[in-house]
Order: sequence, then C-alpha cells, then structure tokens
Amino acid sequence: MYVAVKGGERAIDNAHAWLAEERRGDTGVAELTVPQIREQLGLAVNRVMAEGSLFDPDLAALAIKQARGDLIEAIFLIRAYRTTLPRFGSSLPIETAHMACDRRISATFKDLPGGQVLGPTFDYTHRLLDFKLAAEGQVPPAPVAEAPAGDVPHVTSFLNREGLIEEAVPEDRIPPDLTREPMELPADRALRLQSLTRGDEGFVLGMAYSTQRGYARNHAFVGELRIGAVAVEMEIPELGFAIEIGEVIVTECETVNQFKGSKTEPPQFTRGYGLVFGQTERKAISMALVDRALRWKELGEDDEGAPAQDEAFVLYHCDNIQATGFLEHIKLPHYVDFQSELELVRKLRREAGAAFAAMQEAAE
Amino acid sequence: MQEYNFAYLDEQTKRMIRRAILKGLAIPGYQVPFASREMPMPYGWGTGGVQVSAAVLTPDDTMKVIDQGADDTTNAVSIRKFFERTAGVATTTVTGEATVIQTRHRIPEEPLKEGQILVYQVPIPEPMRFLEPRETETRKMHALEEYGLMHVKLYEDISRHGHIATAYAYPVKVEGRYVMDPSPIPKFDNPKLEMAAIQLFGAGREQRIYALPPHTKAVSLDFEDHPFEASKADHPCGLCGAQDSYLDEVIVDDEGGRLFVCSDTDYCTHRQEAAR
Repeated sequence: MYVAVKGGERAIDNAHAWLAEERRGDTGVAELTVPQIREQLGLAVNRVMAEGSLFDPDLAALAIKQARGDLIEAIFLIRAYRTTLPRFGSSLPIETAHMACDRRISATFKDLPGGQVLGPTFDYTHRLLDFKLAAEGQVPPAPVAEAPAGDVPHVTSFLNREGLIEEAVPEDRIPPDLTREPMELPADRALRLQSLTRGDEGFVLGMAYSTQRGYARNHAFVGELRIGAVAVEMEIPELGFAIEIGEVIVTECETVNQFKGSKTEPPQFTRGYGLVFGQTERKAISMALVDRALRWKELGEDDEGAPAQDEAFVLYHCDNIQATGFLEHIKLPHYVDFQSELELVRKLRREAGAAFAAMQEAAE
Repeated sequence: MQEYNFAYLDEQTKRMIRRAILKGLAIPGYQVPFASREMPMPYGWGTGGVQVSAAVLTPDDTMKVIDQGADDTTNAVSIRKFFERTAGVATTTVTGEATVIQTRHRIPEEPLKEGQILVYQVPIPEPMRFLEPRETETRKMHALEEYGLMHVKLYEDISRHGHIATAYAYPVKVEGRYVMDPSPIPKFDNPKLEMAAIQLFGAGREQRIYALPPHTKAVSLDFEDHPFEASKADHPCGLCGAQDSYLDEVIVDDEGGRLFVCSDTDYCTHRQEAAR
C-alpha cells in the first residue's frame, strides 16, 4: 500500500536520473552545446532573459539546455539563480534615444528621419517550411549597409512638438521593484511596467489581443518599434561619475493611441509603452497595449470592466513562474483534504437520501 | 559553483522575513506582506513555508517535514533534503524531538510543546479570497473587521445543505479580531490551533506571512445552533487502532475495499511500537 505517494528518496533520485537521460536523448546524435543554443535559438534565449529578468545569453542558453527546451522551466531556473545574486547598486536609466538600432519601424508615418529599417524580421517571410535547412545549408552573407551616423530620433518626439501627444514627464523617484518589495495594489505605472516586462508572453499577448477585439479597445498604432543595443551606465560613488559597464539589447515599443479627451484631459494622442530584453517584439507590442489599457484611471476613462483594465487581474496573473508553480502543485498529494471532502459528501448524501425517502413516504 | 548561505537565503533576506514574522506574532492572524523570493522549488510547493523555516532555523535545530501528516511523502522528502543540504541541520521524523516542523495540510497528533515552531505552507492566505477575489477589497474588510460576507457564506451553506460545507481550510477568528485561514488542514485539526508552540504561516506566491503566538485563541467560526464540529472518518486506525487520530482512506483492492489508517505516520508508528 501507499505505493503511489510513498516513493520517498529513492524514487526521487531515480526519476532525476531518468530525466537526465531523457534530456540527453539518443547519444548517437551529437550533443547540443550552450553556444549553439545561444547563437541559433536566439529568440528562445531572448524570451528566457526577458521573463527571467536577467540579461545573460550564456546562462539563458544553459537554462534552455537543462530544461529540455521548456522555456517556462528555463525561466524558472534563471529566476531562482537571479534571486541569489548580490545587488551592488542600480544603473542609470538606459537611453533608448541613443540605441544602435538593428530594426526600427513606424506604422504611423510613411517615412521619417532615421528611416524605416526592417532588420532581421520574420514579418514578410512566407511561412513555408524550408526543407533546405534540414540539410544544414550554408547561409550566404546578407548585404551590408553603412550604419547611419548619429542618434535615431523617437517618433513620439515629432508629435510632441505639436502638443498632439501627452507629455511623458520624467520622474526622479526611484521606481519600485517587485523583486525586492511585496507587490501592493494600486500599483503605479512603473511597477505595472516592471510586472508586464517579466510577465508571460502568452498571457500578455492574450490580454493585448482582447483589447483589440473590443474589451477596452484603445485604438493603438505602433508609433515606433526599435530593437538594438543600448549602453548600461552606473554611477560609481568612488569615482563620482557614471561609467559604461556593459550593453544590453532591448526592444522598445511606443504606441500612439487615439483619445477623444475626458473630463480632465483634452483630446490628444496618448501613449502605451513596452520595453523588453532582447529581440522580443511580440511581447513589447503586447506590453504597450496592456500598459495603455491599465492607464484608464489616470486618463479619466471609463471602467469598462474589461480584464485588461483590471490591474489586480493582470498583475496577479501574468507571472508564469507563479502561475505554473501553483497550477502544477495540484499534482502533489491532497488526500487529507480530499478525505475530509469525502466524509462531508457522504454525510450530505446520506441526509439527502433520508430526506427524499421521508418525502416519498409522506406522499404515499 | 558558489556555496550557498546557511539555509539557502542570504542574511539580508532572512532579516526581512524575520521582521515580517515578528510583526505577524505581534498582530496574531494579520497577514503581513513580505517580499517573497524565488526559491529553487516551484511556487505552490511550499516556498512560503521554506522561506519561513529558512529564516527561523539555527544550526542547533532539529527539523521535521511532513506533508499530509506523513514524513515520507515525496514533497516532504524533497523539502527535508533541501534543508539537509543547505543548512546541514539534524532532521527527525519524531514529532517530540523536532524544534522546527514544517507541515503541509496537517497538525501533528502529538501535542506540541513550548520551544517548538510549527511552520505551515499556505496556498491562499486570504480566508475570503473565494468570496471576494480582489486583494484591495479583502484588506479593507479585515481593516474594518467586516466579516459579514463570511458569515453569510456559512449561513447559506447551512440553509442549503444543513451543514457548513467547508471540510478543510476552515476559517478561525483569532483573539476576537482577525479572521484567518489556518491553511488547508482538515477541520478536525482546528481545535489543535490553540497550542503551546509558535505557529508561523508562510505563503510564498501570495507574499504573506502570518502567525499565532503560543496559547493564542483561535475560534472556528460557527453559529450557536450549528456549533463547529471537528469531524473525521468514523473508524479506528487499521494499523494502530487509534480512535482519536485523523485517518486516510486507502483503497486496498479492485473491489473498492478500504482501510483506514492514521495520516500522522509518526504517531501511528509509535503506537504500533508501543503495542508490540
């Protein structure tokens, strides 16, 4: 008896050994290396870095290898590692205006200073399986152009000059950090954005999509989407000035949203904002749409009761590590609680049966 | 590979958790928000309990871990191993020998003593969560001591079923103030909540810690004409013959034959040994 639950130590060890064997797969096939994953599964690496909240392509690639390609499991590995790292300080805010853009597009203007740069995108590929890839075809080098000199200006800055779009006023306040402080609602925008940027891509996408289909529709245009490397600078107290400590690749999306005005605000365009580690544009666009939907209160819009407007709903459920842990915990034994339910249901059925019999007797 | 700190968490984090624990002890039954960390086991698998245990453990402690009352269920084994590895503390299955007991879903049958700490793993700390999903609302309700919703729910149970249809995670009122979820222990265990040991409740995913200091009053909610009743299967244990312990029902054959045995494995083993 007790076979199912009382496996104990040996069962766990054996399960782990089997798992390791399954992870490796057929030993007749060459083993994947971490650099291969980092270089050839770059978008998976990006997602793990984004939702793991740690920019380290090598560790993310290792996590993907260890997790057998299960990205949520890989994100979990990264999160659990990240939380043990000492924190030396915080960087200065990154300047996306100085980004070395690999990709930069705007859907609101045909052409604009800095140009439309498609970059390495799937956008206009035909989704036909490329059987040549199965034969490990060599890739011919892509044509190279001169990088434009100077910064690429933000699209919203053009609209700003006319006062057509709301000001995004910089704040000096240090933003809250939900990895160090318990999340308390109502959350300010900075906290919402932090939660969204590490939120599950699928969840945030679904929320964003629901706004497009009419659950708190906010008429978003992609004002600008840019992907590229930005410098990370940190002020070193001993030096008294900021130095560059590294570079991260980020995707930034600014949406321009129609706004007819409210009791407190004049008609003008409003903004949604998305910023995510790596080339992760589906997530960045989704994030911007959800950010905009969550801003209904500060813009004086109506609460339509849509899920994407509901801060508690979105922020409490977008974290896939919390969600998957709690969801999967129902695999753990619950037989004590189930036993107490069994007793209760049996008792209620007994009484209901007796009451029914008494009723029939009375009728006869 | 870098060595981990004693009991895995860094000292800064432990201090933060200890502050939350002290606040919880000072306001029994009040849910204290704390900045829960990602642990190397999934949320929902005891991360709250593990963080609380990590914060209270000292190298001299002896630890016991149970799940469903049993020391040898897989998750209990896994958590015990975690502390053996990261804290190097002594472990035991004997309730009386443990100084820190981490539990999921049960209170041990043997009465706990002064000097012991019982750490609960809590999935949903908010007793009114399934009546009101919004945290902002439930916090307000606690602040205003507005528990009408809870009583209405219990009343509706009685009018519909003739009984309060809550069999586990049965809410209690702590020292006449906060309504508290005792975690999903069967209501059979509720009377044991008033004990000599310190009880700490950790909810990792929900980022809450709460506590019952020793000998704190914890009254199961009920009505005068429908008093609370701690129920269990109406059998003696099939192995040790105990009449007073909570029982698991084990299916023993294809005909649906059943055996009732103590869910507290340590309690059952000791009784069997004593009988021999």
